Amino acid sequence: MADVRISEVSKRYAEKSVLESLSLEVRDGECFTLLGPSGCGKTVLLRLIAGFESPDSGTISIGGEPVADAATGQRLPPDQRGLGMVFQDYAVWPHMSVYENVAYPLKLAGSPALRERTMRAIGLVGLDKLEQRLPSQLSGGQQQRVALARALVSEPRLLLLDEPLNNLDANLREEMRFEIKALQRQLGVTILYITHDQEIALGISDRIAVMDERGHLRQIGAPDEVYEHPVDDFIFRFLGVANFLPVTREDGVLRIAGLPEPWRGPAPDKPGDALTVGFRPSDVTLAPEGTDSIGLPGVVRRASFLGAQMDYLIDVAGTQIRAALPSHECVARGLVFAEGDSCRVELANAHWFEGEITNKGIL
Amino acid sequence: MGKTSRFGTAQLLFVLSVGILVVIVAVPMLLIFFNAFWVSGHFNVADVIRVLRQSETYEALLNSLFLSSGVTITGTLVGTFFAWLVTRTDLPLKKTMKLLFLVPFMLPAFIGALAWKMLLSPRAGYINRLFMDVFGFSSPIFDIYTYAGIILVETMYLFPFVFIQVSGALERMDPTLEESARISGADLFTITRKITIPLVMPSILSGALLIMLYSMAHFGTVAVLGVETGIYNIPTLIYEKIHQSAGSFDSIRTATVLATVLVITAAFILWLQNRVLNQGRYQIIAGKSFRPSELKLRTWRIPMLVFCLLYIGLTIVLPTVTIFMVGGLKTYGLPFVSENMTWENYRYILFEWDLTRDAIWNSVSLGLSAALITMFAGVIISYVIVKMKVRGKGILEFLGMLPFSVPGSVIALGVILAWSGKYGVNLYNTVWIILVAYVARYMAFSLKANSAALEQVHDSLVEAARASGATMWQALKDVVIPLVRPGMMAAFFLIFLPALRELTVSVLLYGPTTRTIGVAIYTLNEDGETVYSAALAGIALVIIVTGEILIKRLVAGKNNA
Repeated sequence: MADVRISEVSKRYAEKSVLESLSLEVRDGECFTLLGPSGCGKTVLLRLIAGFESPDSGTISIGGEPVADAATGQRLPPDQRGLGMVFQDYAVWPHMSVYENVAYPLKLAGSPALRERTMRAIGLVGLDKLEQRLPSQLSGGQQQRVALARALVSEPRLLLLDEPLNNLDANLREEMRFEIKALQRQLGVTILYITHDQEIALGISDRIAVMDERGHLRQIGAPDEVYEHPVDDFIFRFLGVANFLPVTREDGVLRIAGLPEPWRGPAPDKPGDALTVGFRPSDVTLAPEGTDSIGLPGVVRRASFLGAQMDYLIDVAGTQIRAALPSHECVARGLVFAEGDSCRVELANAHWFEGEITNKGIL
Repeated sequence: MGKTSRFGTAQLLFVLSVGILVVIVAVPMLLIFFNAFWVSGHFNVADVIRVLRQSETYEALLNSLFLSSGVTITGTLVGTFFAWLVTRTDLPLKKTMKLLFLVPFMLPAFIGALAWKMLLSPRAGYINRLFMDVFGFSSPIFDIYTYAGIILVETMYLFPFVFIQVSGALERMDPTLEESARISGADLFTITRKITIPLVMPSILSGALLIMLYSMAHFGTVAVLGVETGIYNIPTLIYEKIHQSAGSFDSIRTATVLATVLVITAAFILWLQNRVLNQGRYQIIAGKSFRPSELKLRTWRIPMLVFCLLYIGLTIVLPTVTIFMVGGLKTYGLPFVSENMTWENYRYILFEWDLTRDAIWNSVSLGLSAALITMFAGVIISYVIVKMKVRGKGILEFLGMLPFSVPGSVIALGVILAWSGKYGVNLYNTVWIILVAYVARYMAFSLKANSAALEQVHDSLVEAARASGATMWQALKDVVIPLVRPGMMAAFFLIFLPALRELTVSVLLYGPTTRTIGVAIYTLNEDGETVYSAALAGIALVIIVTGEILIKRLVAGKNNA
């Protein structure tokens, strides 16, 4: 088992800088997720750790042992880093059976009890009795398990997972997520998981690092911490559907542009007079027009029944926001609105950001 | 932790690849250009123009252009017509006919030319004699020793280039494109003219350019049918210059100038083909096979079938039978009756005559070793080009493109310049010089087959091996090589079979004991040993066809397993 230390690592491709002086620490035995949009450089970081690329500057060490140092040009080749890795496209060797695929790392290492250990790894991912199959005879999910078994079989100190659940359907994705988590607890291996799917990241990780498009780390923390206390609107936006309303503060009174009356919403925890309030669709509560609600006046622009919940698009003073309410609550409390109906909008929970932030792509 | 040296496996493979291509292809090519343009210590274009203005030189150039244009036009028409017939009509026995139209690919064109010479030479040709002696014609009905004769014979063996491309395109074309035109009110003629032909035009053009490229650089047919009446094209004139003039500087210069013209033309044709293919061929034609709508031939069904069978009978069966029959004659020119026939020629050629036994042995061993060497070199070079990130890969990509555009006679000439002792190594008159030339000539096939196979091997498969603890060599051995093995097998056979019947290169390079099958057939024919030439050609056909069938079996068996 091992920790990973990345310090001041930079990587450029031709003219494009992908990573700039990035530092990161993954603790021994934790499941650490690197979360970021596609093309942000998270795969590059993983490949630097694996040894498929070398950093232009900075150092990387695994388990206290330096594996890459740009200053001295020293680099440990991937095969000597003691890793397990699962690739996005599984990379299961098509000409080898399940058994041969999984046994390969042990064969290279000349391990004793090869058969026993291979079969144990195959059993661990639930592929017993399929060991003689060729990958072409397996489903995508099964191939993914082969890749996982192959990565685990030599009990590596560090397991690198590159969006391994991407190509699976929703049910299987959930199942594999639990299994990876269970395996990690069982084996105590350090896992570095990269993904752009915030749900997987929140569900699987001990800690999460969120990366932006330019390859900068914006926030590192436990999943609930990052979710509940996003340091900026990028994180807030990235972790789910985000509504933003611009708010001004005049002499301690909150106002929303375009509305005559002041807003009696939650108190800001940020200084300054130009602010933005951010909230999730599920943070919204609604009331029918005409009740003595203190909420903001809104007009329903679109109403969609999605089974377990109602999804509304509501115009509040010229800004479109999304609201999601449990269907049974809507029915019980008379909150089934049609397009064009007026309503009152209140926030059960709010995140405050400094400056003005506009809504993007929430429709 | 170990410091990995800057000069690792990657650099080693890169240097090796560049080295192979430079020695095998680039140096001979440069020597040709150098000899063409560098006269007595000066860069001299005026003298190149002087050479080009000599009557025999520009006549050869014009002949090459005229013959290849003619073959391209007729071959494209024939190929397109048959392709349409077997894909878009209800012709009976379509599948069988489709296979039969590919048979000419197996038959070496110069053996076909030999057969047609035996049938249609003005005085001795069997068909001409039949008409003159039996039907009382006063003159031969057709003289094969003419431009028309050469164009006809080359068309017979080169039309499959267009046939394959066009029938493939017609099969893959989305039928809804035509159906929607139908619904919009167009009749079948309009659809063919406005929809179908424009859509398959890139395939037609690309096949046509392949015919042109091949015909331009083709030695055998013109050598057998043209030289007799003074029709030379570029490859035959190069041969003439090298062979008859005993290697005088002047004739070598003329040859290098001709070779330069040939290379430039070939490069231009390939560039043109690339452009044609890049113009949206795959945007309209889907990869999967649809069931195209078929034209009902109605009363024309049987006449069309008869026409196809006649064509195949005339272009494949008749020449092949002629070769075997003439090979069995006691003396050339006798009528085909049983008292004139003998197995003796075949026995003599196979078991007694050193010249022919050597030729068979030379061709087989040259084919095998060229195929093996080129296959392995091709894997390494393709690997560096397709998979590796090394500085200076652009050079390698350029060098790798070279073999595609260098015609056989140019390679042979370059090899003569490079390996005749001028630069320390003299391979002239040995089999080794032919081997070197074969490796250069067939490198293109190997690169094509291997890089296609390598593109299928995703990088992550190799990286997964590295992450599992495999060194670069172990990853190559355990993952890459097993996965590209089908590509390597394909490369092997793509080289071995053509090498067996090769003539253009070996005819420029052979020595007293290093004739190949092709050279032996050709020289025996030149020396008037028509019967032995035919018998050897017959044996060659048997070897080639057996080889093709065995390989089809082998490949099919592999695919089923």
